[in-house]
Amino acid sequence: MKPSPLLALVAGVLFAGSAAAQDWSTIRIATEGAYAPWNFTNAAGQLDGFDVDLANELCARMGAQCEIVAQAWDGIIPALQAGRYDAIMAGMSITDARMEVIDFTRSYATTPAIFVAPKDSDFAAAGLPETRVDMTEISAEEQALLDQVKGLLDGLTVGVQTATIHENFLREHMGDIDIRTYDSQENLDLDLQAGRIDVALADQSGWQPLLEGELGEDFTRVGPGFARGIFGRGVGVGIRKEDAALKDKFNAAIQSALDDGTVSELAIKWFGFDSATTD
Amino acid sequence: MDLTLLAWGDAGWGDQMALGALVTLAVAICAYALGIVVGAGLAAMKLSGLPPLRWIAQAYTTVIRGIPELLVIYLVFFGGGAALRAIASGMFGYEGYVDLPIFLTGTICIGASAGAYSAEVIRGAVLVVPKGQIEAAIAVGMTRRQRFWRVLVPQVARYALPGLGNIWQFTLKDTSLISVIGLVEIMRQAAIAAGSTKEPFTFYVVAALLYLGLTSLSNRGFLRAESWANRGVRRA
Amino acid sequence: MDWAQLADVATRLAGGLPTTLLLVGQSLLIGFVLAVLVALMRVSPNPLLSAPAYGFVYVFRSTPLLVQLFLIYYGSGQFRPFFQDVGLWFLFRDAWFCAILALTLNTGAYTSEIIRGGIQSVPHGQLEAGRAVGMSPAQLFRRITFPVAIRQALPAYGNEVILMVKASSLASTITILEITGIAKTIIAQTFRPVEVFIVAGALYLAINFVATQAILYAERRLSPASAADRAKAAERRQKAMLAR
Repeated sequence: MKPSPLLALVAGVLFAGSAAAQDWSTIRIATEGAYAPWNFTNAAGQLDGFDVDLANELCARMGAQCEIVAQAWDGIIPALQAGRYDAIMAGMSITDARMEVIDFTRSYATTPAIFVAPKDSDFAAAGLPETRVDMTEISAEEQALLDQVKGLLDGLTVGVQTATIHENFLREHMGDIDIRTYDSQENLDLDLQAGRIDVALADQSGWQPLLEGELGEDFTRVGPGFARGIFGRGVGVGIRKEDAALKDKFNAAIQSALDDGTVSELAIKWFGFDSATTD
Repeated sequence: MDLTLLAWGDAGWGDQMALGALVTLAVAICAYALGIVVGAGLAAMKLSGLPPLRWIAQAYTTVIRGIPELLVIYLVFFGGGAALRAIASGMFGYEGYVDLPIFLTGTICIGASAGAYSAEVIRGAVLVVPKGQIEAAIAVGMTRRQRFWRVLVPQVARYALPGLGNIWQFTLKDTSLISVIGLVEIMRQAAIAAGSTKEPFTFYVVAALLYLGLTSLSNRGFLRAESWANRGVRRA
Repeated sequence: MDWAQLADVATRLAGGLPTTLLLVGQSLLIGFVLAVLVALMRVSPNPLLSAPAYGFVYVFRSTPLLVQLFLIYYGSGQFRPFFQDVGLWFLFRDAWFCAILALTLNTGAYTSEIIRGGIQSVPHGQLEAGRAVGMSPAQLFRRITFPVAIRQALPAYGNEVILMVKASSLASTITILEITGIAKTIIAQTFRPVEVFIVAGALYLAINFVATQAILYAERRLSPASAADRAKAAERRQKAMLAR
């Protein structure tokens, strides 16, 4: 049965505002708003940070009207699938598990994962080297280092943000340790400071507010920076699988922003180092 | 505790918290209004002579009252868009992305729960209205509509007011749960500020005080409404 | 999601059942003792006893449990040096303790009002009769006031038990893996929130069904089994609904 034009009109009025037009002249982008300096909410109540700046930059390049909305991390992928918005820019790494349910653009940043612990803790005093461990192909030397970390973590309470590459790494490579999961990096920070957890794993850039803040004197990075393999292929824009046209638009915009150095500039502004991806 | 954090304007969080309180109040009022309408409908179904209507109403209240509000909120948040899309494409032939705004999602979830609880209150109040009064109204020749608006409604409202006052309090407090899906009301605003300033105690205390203020004020309102509704009743 | 996956989800969620039941059980138990104390303070003619009890009940009934929970859990972290100095940090460091504390104080406040209502509904004549046969105040409380008050309060307390089962889901927001916490963990891996939350909802419904039946059984056991009394119990339940 052909739908009556009147009903279609009613539906159009009722549901206006959602991404009705598929020409992507308007795009709704979700970010978490609790993951400084990637994305956070400032005292003026506005979303701010690397993802937000880059999102606005990309939208200008795509010639699209963008609305950036905040969405709690643990529901950020299901809500994309549910059609609450069209793209995710929330410091989200491209991983195989996520690729099963959504698609990603090319990466726009890569930063390693590091452990942070109180300076006066045994874990910090163990003298782990601050090398870079590529998890794609683990050498015998790197495996020995992983085993050493695993041994040190045994008996400690380790905090991590839920549904992240960092949680996956702990569960797959660190064996049967006491893992506590948090809904946001901010709450993870709070509990690390409160001493409810002994050590925590997160992205190097995500640790910046804590380590460089006034409370940072008591905490330190411990051991190697982990990247690639289980940690994914850098941070990208999450898109629904069926929205290939949107993905192409984002890819072109990201490429041009990488080529002319805009992404590097924003990274230096927010992270203090160039996280621009070299893939 | 650093009270300059609560400054008004872009440097502090005072104005954000106040705005959060307004959002809390707005969503609570909408959910409460929805809850009364749903509750009255359910009460009518429960009192009706048709068993299927009674069963449906009974099933609704049992399920809603048996499941944590937090789960209901997550369910509608994640499932509501898909359900709406199915309706939009099935009934209207509309093929696009459709979703429920977060404010509406929260209103519906909290209103659904308020409806389940107020159904019992309203049904109880209807049962308390003496049968003789309805018979008297019939005897003096009132129409059905007149009997409903002039005899039943004023008395049901009077008997139901204390119970409905309690439900208002529950509704107001339950709105804090909508923070988990990102509606920036008191609770969400406090969590954002706590994470950003690393002063959780300060902001959760402010949140608690705001709720305390809102409940105290509305309590007074309900007491006034009760004495107004009872104005025609002689004291023993 | 197919049936096998759903069954797997159900099995994993059921693994959170003991944690949920333990949370509810512990806080109901401690909360009930607290509630009796607070209710006795509330009905005391001494304002030094009744005023703090009133304040406690007022504050905890006027603020959302979520705020209370976050205030106790994240808020205590802000004062870690203080708690360490007084030697209490080992308690507040523990998420389980914080959850039990918040749930206990919350149910304590609500239950105390229910018990107070029960105490005030004890017919005067029964107390006079007790005094007439020479009972001491302690005997009066143990043999007359308390049993009669509990019977009166049971329907409303049944509602409170169900509210607590539902409230325990909030513990998932402070790292405790009860049913809702496990549901969120599964969703983080499967990205299928609707199916997982529906199974979790069914689990809560089942718990509450059993709890309701247990309360009804207790009501029958505590009241003499005449038809008139059952009608009265039904009326009390109705009134309890009105008061909620």
